[in-house]
Amino acid sequence: MIESMIQYMLAGLTSGAIYALVGLGFSIIYNASHVINFAQGEFIVIGGISTVALLAAGVPLPLAIVLATLVTMLVGLALAKFAIQPARDADVVALIIITIGASIFLRGVVQLVFGKDIHSLPAFSGETPLNLMGATLMPQSLWVMGVSSALIVVIAWFFNATLAGKAMLATAYNALAARLMGVNTKWVLLSSFALSALLGAVGGIVVTPITFVSYESGIMLGLKGFSAAVLGGLGNGIGAVAGGLILGIVEALSAGYLSSAYKDAIAFIIILVVLVLRPNGLFGKKGIDRV
Amino acid sequence: MNAILQRHRGLIILAALIALLPLALRNDYHYDVAINAGLNAIVVVGLNLLIGYAGQISLGHAAFFGLGAYASAILTSTYGWPVLGAMAMGTVIVGILAYVIARPILRLKGHYLAMATLGIGVIISIVLNTEAQVTGGPDGMSAAPFTILGYTFASEQSWYWLVGGSLLLAVWLASNLIDSPIGRALRALHGAEVGARVVGIDTTSYKVLIFVVSAMFASFAGSLFAHHTPTVTPSILGFTKSVEFVVMAVFGGMASTMGSVLGAVIMTLLPNALAAFEDFEPIILGGIMMGTMIFMPKGLVPTIAKKLRRKEAP
Repeated sequence: MIESMIQYMLAGLTSGAIYALVGLGFSIIYNASHVINFAQGEFIVIGGISTVALLAAGVPLPLAIVLATLVTMLVGLALAKFAIQPARDADVVALIIITIGASIFLRGVVQLVFGKDIHSLPAFSGETPLNLMGATLMPQSLWVMGVSSALIVVIAWFFNATLAGKAMLATAYNALAARLMGVNTKWVLLSSFALSALLGAVGGIVVTPITFVSYESGIMLGLKGFSAAVLGGLGNGIGAVAGGLILGIVEALSAGYLSSAYKDAIAFIIILVVLVLRPNGLFGKKGIDRV
Repeated sequence: MNAILQRHRGLIILAALIALLPLALRNDYHYDVAINAGLNAIVVVGLNLLIGYAGQISLGHAAFFGLGAYASAILTSTYGWPVLGAMAMGTVIVGILAYVIARPILRLKGHYLAMATLGIGVIISIVLNTEAQVTGGPDGMSAAPFTILGYTFASEQSWYWLVGGSLLLAVWLASNLIDSPIGRALRALHGAEVGARVVGIDTTSYKVLIFVVSAMFASFAGSLFAHHTPTVTPSILGFTKSVEFVVMAVFGGMASTMGSVLGAVIMTLLPNALAAFEDFEPIILGGIMMGTMIFMPKGLVPTIAKKLRRKEAP
């Protein structure tokens, strides 16, 4: 009984860690530009699938990981530069269509370059399961949780302790005031996309040995990341991480105890309930309309 | 007489186009594409009331289309209902469901509303996918032939006129709604929601009303679709389909009924036209979506109309 509980919690924390990374990516971009980047799931795919390709081309794994992350960041920068920046003044619906268009575009490119096959990576440190109080844990899950936690700590440090991070926070708070204080808000937009792409790529790479990757695996992951960000309150980094973990655990528990066919539905039902009760997410501030 | 012509100019042009189009349709495949374009147009005309006029987004409208389709398929083939009865029942069920959903979620704004509608779409799609005893699961199911008063719509030509007529009806209903006090209230709401509330417009009720109406449009089109297509499968109500509907509405032109029709027609033709470039299809589609929104964020018809007006009155 308690073993299966632990088992589900571990599974939930593993997928929750990925949702947290994607959700954090959503929040960072949202803060910098009030854009919801529906192409966030594609960053995961590009990171994962280019690592697979580089590895197959004979590049050693650590170097492949670094290169794949850089490729994804370049894609993120290009997206910000060529699709988001020219449409700065468009309204919410237009921006949603642009990023959805970008995700279809990127999915098409991935499909063209890598085909429709499902790819995988070897686990980083073997396939021997560990035993944790009667539950089994794959070493790769530890990688996922460890790398995600490390990234989240680094991001928190970046926003709280570096000048660049504080400039990004200032822009999120009030873009005009930030510009008057000498913050280059264009640079903030670009770096927010690069940073989100980095989070997506690294998340995609560590999770590929568990979930595999194909050209369309980004759709559901992107939606889950968006859900995590909304659950925690858009633009709230800690909220997104908490939202991701809650989502992962709820999903794993409902798959285990209720019905695996309905696990995705249950996750969305919970989000709806939260939104109805707290229209700005669990940790979001109450929005006030300006007339 | 002139006033009537003036008021219904768009509707008359559309009727003329629908009447003339068969001259250009060479085979059943052409008819099939035209029929699907018409069905999409009905959904998009309704959805545009919500997006373009009320300023509320829905990323879950394919679910209402799908529910209408499944209601017709299940009621006619499993329970032997007459087609019109099944269609009416489906539309009413979807209307009630949309009403129940709309009350709480239309208080949400912007991205939160997008998330909520998306979530509802995903939930409905998962339910229909999973309850295989009723819906046939991923394999889908088919509806009975479309028979009214002993006449069965079997040929593509007969379907063309059926869908063409339905589209005209939908456009007529939508333009009447837009010209009514409801339409004016909606535009006030879109312009400044707080302002509209201050002058005494019950914004929530109007938003709910328009959400229900647009869901019923989608359900109606879904019912027709179910009888026309060989099998109704869950793929018709996924997230991708919802996005397609939104793209059609925005691409053609927000707050423009004719834009909705044009957007639906172009976006239905596009995959067929791009079939020759199979592998490049998503790249081109994504590129068009981004390009339109960057260079003409108001959509095709309003942008062109503005250009023309500028020429007329320099």
